Amino acid sequence: MKHAEAIKELLYKMGDDAFIMGHRNSEWTGLAPTLEEDISFSSIAQDQIGHALAAYTLLHEHLAEPNPDVIGFTRKETAFTCCHLVELPNGEYDFSLIRHFLFDHAEMLRYQALTKSAFLPLAQLAGKIIGELKYHILHANTWVKQLGNATEEAKARLQSSLNELMPFALGMFEPGKHEATLVQEGIFIGEEALKTQWLQTIEGIINQTQLKLPDTATLTPVYGGRHGYHTEYLQPLLTEMTEVFRIDESAEW
Amino acid sequence: MSSLDPRINRLDLVKTAQAEGIQPHQHWETYEVFIQAKRGGHHTHAGSLHAADHDMALIFAKEQFARRGVCHNIWVVKTSNVFALDTEDADMFADNSEKKYRNPGGFKVSDKITAYKKSQKQKAAEEE
Repeated sequence: MKHAEAIKELLYKMGDDAFIMGHRNSEWTGLAPTLEEDISFSSIAQDQIGHALAAYTLLHEHLAEPNPDVIGFTRKETAFTCCHLVELPNGEYDFSLIRHFLFDHAEMLRYQALTKSAFLPLAQLAGKIIGELKYHILHANTWVKQLGNATEEAKARLQSSLNELMPFALGMFEPGKHEATLVQEGIFIGEEALKTQWLQTIEGIINQTQLKLPDTATLTPVYGGRHGYHTEYLQPLLTEMTEVFRIDESAEW
Repeated sequence: MSSLDPRINRLDLVKTAQAEGIQPHQHWETYEVFIQAKRGGHHTHAGSLHAADHDMALIFAKEQFARRGVCHNIWVVKTSNVFALDTEDADMFADNSEKKYRNPGGFKVSDKITAYKKSQKQKAAEEE
């Protein structure tokens, strides 16, 4: 496989982002504000675990990496290349909604770009995943527009989560080592181009609310995740998530 | 009070006066959900849910009633916008034996004929 290292870098960060985000979001199962939202948000979390599985499966089938369970459940914290945004522990629901809004818009644009990837298995996968992401986007936009035009408390909560999460969200676009190869070879449009599209898109939605998008020029993106440096929150998450696998590797349920 | 579920403890939930002051039915309105399984098909009543407005009702309906099986489209209608006859008046639908000619029995027969023709055709095709 040509450019294997570059494709691996891309698939690992995509898989890890989806895996950790899916796990975090699934922590709301049974606890979300209403029954209806509980089901919707849990379903989104489940989709994300599915996206992680899909990325890990490509790594296994096309790039000779171990099987998806081994990738997901046995790697050390430093081998993960997820961004810090997805690692942060859940706070109140506004925090998770804003994170979902910022994250899934980037996911949608990333997969849309990947439908034209020169790495064909990924282009095919992207085509399949976009339908699910459409729902994620609709769900996020509906909540943000609803609460972003609602009471003072709702607006203040969303705004403070937006301010807090924006530097972490910019960290999604931390370039990796093989960025130039990915772009030159037509495998991916690159993080910088993705960030530009993403900013335009979320600004379009935020402008339909009474919220204000923080000025990204004054913010320092939170980098490190793509190079294996993580927040203190990732290891406890991995410990909890891999508990069953560590007790019994063949456990099924 | 701590919970057996670590996730609940992590949330550090504190009861607020506002939450305690909520009376029954002081929540969101209910919406009725209609699912269209196939393009061109009928929207069939699937159930109801709580939502703040119709946009929210649609996003909830999708996962609530259409995440398994096939779905092409969804309608949501405020429950308060659904008008119904009084169930006590159900006897007005009672069949009147002298008016059999008004029953849509003819349609049922034509359905049967179509099904029979189809099965004959299939049989013929299989024999070929």
